[in-house]
Amino acid sequence: MSQSVSPRLTALDALHRSLGATMTDFAGWDMPLRYGSERDEHNAVRTAAGLFDLSHMGEITVTGVQAADLLDHALVGNMGSIKPGRARYTMICRADGGILDDLIVYRLEADTYLVVANASNAQTVLDALTERAAGFDAEVRDDRDAYALLAVQGPHSPAILKAVTDADLDGLKYYAGLPGTVAGAPALIARTGYTGEDGFELFIKPEHAEQVWQALTEAGQEYGLVPAGLSCRDTLRLEAGMPLYGHELSTGLTPFDAGLGRVVKFEKAADFVGRAALEAAAERAEQNPPRKLVGLIAEGRRVPRASMAVVADGEVIGEITSGAPSPTLGKPIAMAYVDAAHAEPGPASSTGVCVDIRGSHEPYEVVALPFYQRQK
Amino acid sequence: MSNPKELRYSKEHEWLSAAADGVSAVGITEHAANALGDVVYVELPEVGATVTAGETCGELESTKSVSELYSPVTGEVVEANQDVVDDPSLVNSAPFEGGWLFKVRVSEEQQDLMSADEYTEFSGS
Repeated sequence: MSQSVSPRLTALDALHRSLGATMTDFAGWDMPLRYGSERDEHNAVRTAAGLFDLSHMGEITVTGVQAADLLDHALVGNMGSIKPGRARYTMICRADGGILDDLIVYRLEADTYLVVANASNAQTVLDALTERAAGFDAEVRDDRDAYALLAVQGPHSPAILKAVTDADLDGLKYYAGLPGTVAGAPALIARTGYTGEDGFELFIKPEHAEQVWQALTEAGQEYGLVPAGLSCRDTLRLEAGMPLYGHELSTGLTPFDAGLGRVVKFEKAADFVGRAALEAAAERAEQNPPRKLVGLIAEGRRVPRASMAVVADGEVIGEITSGAPSPTLGKPIAMAYVDAAHAEPGPASSTGVCVDIRGSHEPYEVVALPFYQRQK
Repeated sequence: MSNPKELRYSKEHEWLSAAADGVSAVGITEHAANALGDVVYVELPEVGATVTAGETCGELESTKSVSELYSPVTGEVVEANQDVVDDPSLVNSAPFEGGWLFKVRVSEEQQDLMSADEYTEFSGS
């Protein structure tokens, strides 16, 4: 089988280049990493607003009279209980309970759902949903090319979006989505994000991406909106304690291992894929958890990176899953899975917890996640 | 961007100033600083340490990555830039000036240092 190795380009590729973006390969897509200073972009999202192109995300539409039944069978959450116009964070697991991906599912209408998968897992999720759809009166449709996805995130994002839409944003709650018009283009307007701030994600047709981007840029000028790349998206979600597939989540972990057992709804009637294995995982997590996901804050200035060892008293007690300098805290931070015995919060002086950074054991404070929570 | 004519450059994207009383300053180029992104941590060789041309003598850490600092010369370190240790963003904002990294009493230079024009061609910027 021959496959093209050239990266996929979003509808805004030329625009990113005209803005001087540093581009990076992400899951086969050529995406903006940063436009200028990633720290400035991060701070703009925390204090004003940032505009992201997230068109690499994988959209899958599920329709049909049994769409809800199919998703209740295929995913770990209670999809039938989502009210039309609302969204939910959930996961898709293997029969052995391992996480295939984490997802946001929007119920657009009673029999229409939009499933948004990570770019790196979109094909896997599409294949799994298609396979699990057997016997259900529902259709699974690959809509990756049907949408461009823009996100405007930050405290000023409601004011900015209001300037270019008539949609009732005040009535749009967190994790809700409604159809509307943005800068003249039909859009699904969702109050979701991956930054820890208030914000919106706009699912639009690729041919409208540029006009929507330009209109938001113009409307955002007086509010300090800046284009923002994937680099700051990663530090924003890390500060907010949000997991990233391939880092905190993998097929080797169940949602309970990741501290996200709350997304698994055993009370739903459907016999969903992974139920038996996840029941066992839930019990294990309750009685004898092997490792726990914790936050680490550096006492020094060297930055921990994914896969570095966490040590205490010379013994390896865990592993870093994500690490970066935190612009908000002004210190390096990380998420790590550590042995349950070392998961209690405390400074390095009492816990002895260090990160092995290229041979040097740097002291780290253990904290509960998240590192950052916005004032509501 | 333009690479100052009075400096010479290594393939590892360090610059070396002309020696004054046998002492040269070392930094990284604007091209390298841009490629790194926001520098958040700088580890420099200590004053009195001997650095060797072509070998690592410190590290520069940015949001996304860490990269080794190579010395373009052999010699004794006579000064490390404490300003850049305290405020690593100087490497991004003034790579050829306030963002210099350390000064060294040169005993031997790397053989293949480039002129500004050669480095501009080498780095593509």
